[in-house]
Amino acid sequence: MRYLPLTPEDRASMLATIGAKSADDFYTDVPKAARLKAKIAGLPDHQGELAVERHMTKLAAKNRSASSGPFFVGAGAYKHHVPATVDMIIQRSEFLTTYTPYQPEIAQGTLQTLFEFQTQVAALTAMDVANASMYDGSTACAEAAVMAARVTKRKKVILSGGLHPHYAAATRLLCEAQGLTVVQLPVAIDGEGELAKSVDGETACVIGQSPNVFGTVTDLTSVAKSAHDKGALLVSVFTEAVSLGLVTPPGEMGADIAAGEGQSIGNGLNFGGPYVGLFACKEKLVRQMPGRLCGETVDADGKRGFVLTLSTREQHIRRDKATSNICTNSGLCALAFTSHMTLLGGKGLKQLAELNHEAACELADTLGALKGVEVLTPRFFNEFAIRTPVDAEAVLAMLDEAGVVGGVRASRLFPKDHLGDVILVAATECTTTEDIAAYAAALKEII
Amino acid sequence: MGMNTQGRPTAPASASGATFETVSGSRGLLQREDLLFEIGTPETTGVDLPKPKGTKNRLGGVKRKVDTGLAGLSEPQAVRHYMRLSQKNYAIDLGLFPLGSCTMKHNPRLNEKMARLPGFADIHPLQPQATVQGALELIDELATWLKTLTGMPSVAMSPKAGAHGELCGMLAIRQALIARGEGDTRKRVLVPESAHGTNPATAVQCGFIVDEIKADKRGRVDMEDLKSKLARTDDIAGIMLTNPNTCGLFETDIKNIADLIHTAGGYFYCDGANFNAIVGRVRPGDLGVDAMHINLHKTFSTPHGGGGPGSGPTVFSQALAPYAPVPFVTKDEDGLFRLVEHVDGEASESFGRMVAFHGQMGMFVRALTYMLSHGADGLKQVAEDAVLNANYVQARLKHVMTPAFDGFCMHEALFSDAFTADGIETIDIAKALIDEGYHPMTMYFPLVVHGAMLIEPTETESKAELDRFCDALESIARRAAQGDETLKGAPYLAPARRLDETRAARKPVLKWTAPLPEQIAAE
Amino acid sequence: MTTYYTKDHEWIRVDGDTGTVGITNYAAGQLGDVVYVELPETGAKFARGDDFAVVESVKAASDVYAPVSGSVLEVNTALTEAPEKVNEAAQGDAWFVRVRLTDAGELSGLMDEAAYAAFCEGL
Ligand SMILES: Cc1ncc(COP(=O)(O)O)c(C=O)c1O
Repeated sequence: MRYLPLTPEDRASMLATIGAKSADDFYTDVPKAARLKAKIAGLPDHQGELAVERHMTKLAAKNRSASSGPFFVGAGAYKHHVPATVDMIIQRSEFLTTYTPYQPEIAQGTLQTLFEFQTQVAALTAMDVANASMYDGSTACAEAAVMAARVTKRKKVILSGGLHPHYAAATRLLCEAQGLTVVQLPVAIDGEGELAKSVDGETACVIGQSPNVFGTVTDLTSVAKSAHDKGALLVSVFTEAVSLGLVTPPGEMGADIAAGEGQSIGNGLNFGGPYVGLFACKEKLVRQMPGRLCGETVDADGKRGFVLTLSTREQHIRRDKATSNICTNSGLCALAFTSHMTLLGGKGLKQLAELNHEAACELADTLGALKGVEVLTPRFFNEFAIRTPVDAEAVLAMLDEAGVVGGVRASRLFPKDHLGDVILVAATECTTTEDIAAYAAALKEII
Repeated sequence: MGMNTQGRPTAPASASGATFETVSGSRGLLQREDLLFEIGTPETTGVDLPKPKGTKNRLGGVKRKVDTGLAGLSEPQAVRHYMRLSQKNYAIDLGLFPLGSCTMKHNPRLNEKMARLPGFADIHPLQPQATVQGALELIDELATWLKTLTGMPSVAMSPKAGAHGELCGMLAIRQALIARGEGDTRKRVLVPESAHGTNPATAVQCGFIVDEIKADKRGRVDMEDLKSKLARTDDIAGIMLTNPNTCGLFETDIKNIADLIHTAGGYFYCDGANFNAIVGRVRPGDLGVDAMHINLHKTFSTPHGGGGPGSGPTVFSQALAPYAPVPFVTKDEDGLFRLVEHVDGEASESFGRMVAFHGQMGMFVRALTYMLSHGADGLKQVAEDAVLNANYVQARLKHVMTPAFDGFCMHEALFSDAFTADGIETIDIAKALIDEGYHPMTMYFPLVVHGAMLIEPTETESKAELDRFCDALESIARRAAQGDETLKGAPYLAPARRLDETRAARKPVLKWTAPLPEQIAAE
Repeated sequence: MTTYYTKDHEWIRVDGDTGTVGITNYAAGQLGDVVYVELPETGAKFARGDDFAVVESVKAASDVYAPVSGSVLEVNTALTEAPEKVNEAAQGDAWFVRVRLTDAGELSGLMDEAAYAAFCEGL
């Protein structure tokens, strides 16, 4: 077996050194009834690379990849171009095959990239400090809610009607397990502003999203003000990190915590994971933050270096009083994010964001011009909702036959909200004018 | 003769052992590398994007006011930046990485290649299910492997790492208690003091109260203490027990513990981080376990990436299966795979959704590739070789170091610092290993052993590698026993010397800030 | 003014019905480099034995327990800026809080300096 270096002779001589007769001797603490004699039944035996590759390739071939034709699916994950360099960097063995940087003397590579990542995330969100990543945007959002409850010592969390429903679900789950009350405002395409009215003296935080799940961009400044007036926090969520190049970021709106998904920068779609959760907050809240933090210091020779710091917040030290149970986070996805961001630079990101926005504008103009199609999202970045005269599921199926993956039906995300004729549509820098024309032509045939 | 006196000397002059500062700040192959913000500018870019057309925007005024100001690098600068930084890292591809409890085994490159097939890497979690049948089939196939290997009837695939799997398991227990009408009364979770920090942290995240149980002299659960904690049973939610445990030992009384907890009306959560020791030889389903996470980034070799991503599928017993989270994959009679995404119908008892999408697909591809490569026969050999290697290390070192417990270990060998002279600590031994070219073992964990050193070699080390490692550690251990003070300065040969963690924590600097003009002028 | 000590290594110096509370030099020595002190707010009330503050080193966070019941009159905010003071002057400048005692009778359960010294000796 190609991954196992021990030879039968090695095993025999090692057993002799140890003073054991066979591997069975090591398993005598296992209850007799649970000791397996033979290999487990029902699974194949080992195979060579070629055979395994054949099997996996067959499975992969049954999927339609986003690059294989016009593709307009967003709603929390986005098809962007990832430079070849990014994939080369994350495949460097020294980054790919190392552990969490517990021994800083031999992990300065990882630690410096984390420090750079934190700096980038703080600048993109316009917040004071960012951590070294969360699992994804939805868990970052959930952690933000329970953090706000710790900070304010209050128990009510209010979710906007435009928060991605999967984020809302993950947040509700964690909050309710901890005895918090979650208020969900009615689903609304342009309702983030409603948060300002719902906040009261018991509210720990309000959670708003911009761009929201319907693509609507909203300035949450007045929501922040209402929240602060009542002693509550604003958690500002985003699922499309590229928007930060163009759209008002959480910090400029007065958010106390920013939580979002970083997949769009450096990370492929990967059918939903692994992604990278971005988490940033105001400086004064840093000790209530979840997750790892990398900080600057010096070594014994006085040279600059980096270490994991403020670890007393974390589970390995604080155990049952930790701010979160997170341990392994999204290190390599954070490296993909930071290296792509480095290749873009501030100006490049802005340009990328503009290209995304222009593609979406062109798409909206083209689809909106079709008779019977209505663009529902009033202000958007790179995605929006449309209403079609025919049931969305049928529309998408027919588009599919025409080779166009036309978006996400809103009813898949909101099964109970009577949105059967609504489709969420996204465009990015990958979307061409030909893609848009193909979409419009196919849709015209259908309706 | 025609004598050519030109050319270079071809043998070294006598060595002078120079230790000097270089002008460049680099040291031979080890290049100095500043922060990217000190190298690049916001105008610099390593991508060529088309020029935006400048069409009228539809942002409705919700526009960013202040640019990020973030520096960029051209492609060659960026490649060098990361290449140079990479060389300051230790990695499993470079050498033995005996970090106990972390299972740093070889990461096969085939797994990377498969994960990059566009049919897996370039598909969207919300595209029509008819267009991702192969992906759903892969999740189903991996689920089958996990269920078969653990002997458990059900598995939740969405947890993003081990700790997230713990959350999944404990939320299922919470839901089961709610369904029994005991959600408000059964709040106490027993957790051994040797447990990983994520266990007590998870229990509290789920609204439970942690009650610690002691370890006995053999490094296992102290059964007397356990029984005393079960004197009252009506408030017991369950137990979180790691097996093999964090001392690298199999819990001998595990079946008994499971029975006691079940009799008390609670559930048995097993932390499966150490599954590598028993995969193919023992099925947790035969031990009375109700829920257990599996770290695909440990046992099934998905690379740890310097801190993640991980993946923590969680298997369930029949008792907890109905409460497992959405989404999950089912296969319909027509042979098509389908995602169940809402708490409804066949998932009406589910505790809900933990995360945006369906789990760590990229890790699933790697793990399944690894499983197919090994097969049922190979995975059994994995466990046996992992345990053999750990016992070999223990046997080779037990005369110079102090084994924490008697007898054979499982996949990791645990030592205490009892053998060291006064003033020499575990950390000094760990740092000295760096100078010998090794990543240190896990140190000061588990908490139940003083100055703990937890060594997990894994099955992918050859005997020659183990011997070299043991030779090095043996000599360090002898120096530690003799009180060799030079150990306290180690490492001497690493890219950085020991770092000042006190300073980092007292005045946290968590991001780069541009120097002020007067600071620049002063330089 | 009399100083009393607890088995958990807090001290309280009492002046009438107010007291100044901190951790002992012995405790500060055991903790190693103190990097952060989390203090209660002025006006906070607690009962004897409640945790009212947290002292952190790089590797540990330790709760500090109230030696007596009382309410907080003043907190030593200088410690937030300069936690290293706890290592330098735990029983001096690095006091944590001043409190108004609820029940001076509780003091009788504490140790005097000699008793505390003997107690540490035995650890
Ligand atoms: C025993 C044990 N339990 C749980 C975990 C947590 O797993 P993860 O880091 O994947 O969240 C770990 C990993 O460090 C572990 O060693």
